[in-house]
Amino acid sequence: MTSAPSPIGSRWARRMLDVYAGLVLLYLFIPIFVIVLYSFNQPAGKFNFVWKAFSLDAWRDPFLYPALVQAMKLSLKVATISTLVATVFGALIALALCRYRWRGAGPVNLLLVLPLTTPEVVLGSSLLALFLQSNVPTGFATIVIAHIMFSVSYVALTVKARIRGFDWTLEEAAMDLGANPFRVITRVTLPLIAPGIVAAGMLSFALSLDDFIITLFNAGNLVTYPLYVYGARRAAYPPQINVVATAILAISLLVLGAIVLWQNRTARETGATL
Amino acid sequence: MAGTAAGGSRQNPYAPYLLVAPGVLWLTAFYLVPILALARVSVNVTDAAWYDGYTRAFSSYGMHLVRSFGYALMSTVIGVLLGYPLAYVMAFRAGRLKNLLLGLVILPFFTTFLVRTFAWKTILNDQGIVVHVLGSLHLLPGYGRLLNTPYAVIGGLTYNFLPFMILPIYVSLEKIDRRLVEAAQDLYCNSLQAFRKVVLPLSLPGVFAGGLLTFIPASGDFINAELLGGPNQRMIGSVIQGQFLQIRDYPMAAALSFVLMTIITLLVLAYTRALGTEDLA
Repeated sequence: MTSAPSPIGSRWARRMLDVYAGLVLLYLFIPIFVIVLYSFNQPAGKFNFVWKAFSLDAWRDPFLYPALVQAMKLSLKVATISTLVATVFGALIALALCRYRWRGAGPVNLLLVLPLTTPEVVLGSSLLALFLQSNVPTGFATIVIAHIMFSVSYVALTVKARIRGFDWTLEEAAMDLGANPFRVITRVTLPLIAPGIVAAGMLSFALSLDDFIITLFNAGNLVTYPLYVYGARRAAYPPQINVVATAILAISLLVLGAIVLWQNRTARETGATL
Repeated sequence: MAGTAAGGSRQNPYAPYLLVAPGVLWLTAFYLVPILALARVSVNVTDAAWYDGYTRAFSSYGMHLVRSFGYALMSTVIGVLLGYPLAYVMAFRAGRLKNLLLGLVILPFFTTFLVRTFAWKTILNDQGIVVHVLGSLHLLPGYGRLLNTPYAVIGGLTYNFLPFMILPIYVSLEKIDRRLVEAAQDLYCNSLQAFRKVVLPLSLPGVFAGGLLTFIPASGDFINAELLGGPNQRMIGSVIQGQFLQIRDYPMAAALSFVLMTIITLLVLAYTRALGTEDLA
């Protein structure tokens, strides 16, 4: 789609607006630039907050700190499990909301939006209150429970936004042509909603990997990657933290690029854009 | 558009209930029930009146509540001022660059929130370039530094939630029918009037959603206050966290958390009523 050039404002005013927008974009970028840059720093002391000299040491030895590696492993494990569960739960909700007209849709929508309008510190502390009251010790299971909880809403709303307005009569057509329900789901329903589910799954994984506040309340004495970074402010903040952050950024960009390519290809093949 | 559900006779009337059951049960058990647990813990006082947690919460930390909402409001307003023009340029002026810009706006999400905030600590460091340049231009605030000042905390909050402001505004601007703007100009609106009377009102739902998505997390956040601020910039989230996890004064911690949630819910309701937007998502 091509948009007509905006007719608003004089040429000069429009230029100024572009420059302003560019500066805001730059503001969004400065910390990311700093994160990458400081992964190449050789800090003077234990804290990598002041630039001293260029070095590849941290990149050569990214696994130098076993605690950081452990934290990363835990975060990946939590993100994988919680994403799988939350994506299934969320996608099923989205399907129910978009495909059927039923009385429960309003309340379910409300239940999805409520966690998004609750500050994380309340989500985290209320879960801890529940675990305290029922004498459940906090640890791996409680972290996963919490991550699934906050991811379900995001997944359901993302999938919902992507599949709103689909032509569900295709399923009926498949059934009329003699497909059994299993075949209908695997050959018609899933391919239709797959791009939305992939996007939602990625979002859920990223949210889980990044979550700090809710996890802090429910981690017991376990340490995820963000919790490790938080603890590092007291003892030592090595450049390896920046290496991991840069690696996460690079991998996300690669995955995102691959998905965009895949979706473009699918769109070309089916002749439809989502 | 085939937006409505088919709902043929072959469909099981219980199907939607079965589909939502796992997710809804999970949210009930681990979102709704915990809120009740929080309320119960807040009045679970052994040697004083049941509302003792609330009394102590307000008398000791009323100031922190006010400060949190003040900082959150500031960062929301600055967020609109920064985010709206960028969203506008993306929607109306970017042309083919639109998707690239969209990707760039969400790029910060791919680096850890905490590491990003630590990066601001590096940037605003007393020995850093920013403080040095501002200092030699005599533009530093009265504190003589940036870290451990309200400026740093509000700046950090604004930064961290800015994409949440930009994206909904962008979506609402993108949906505007360009012919409406042309029509306004045909009817002798000058370009500023066309913006004020057509584009701005139609984009308000986006500003509304962006405002909530910034204000709510910002008011409960404590990372920015803890990493970029000093003891005088402590926010309510910090207190709740400390009381729950270190001091373990559960009734008061739960009371504070419950009060925070209640105030935000009331603000959201008032805001929704004033602006009349039914669908946030």
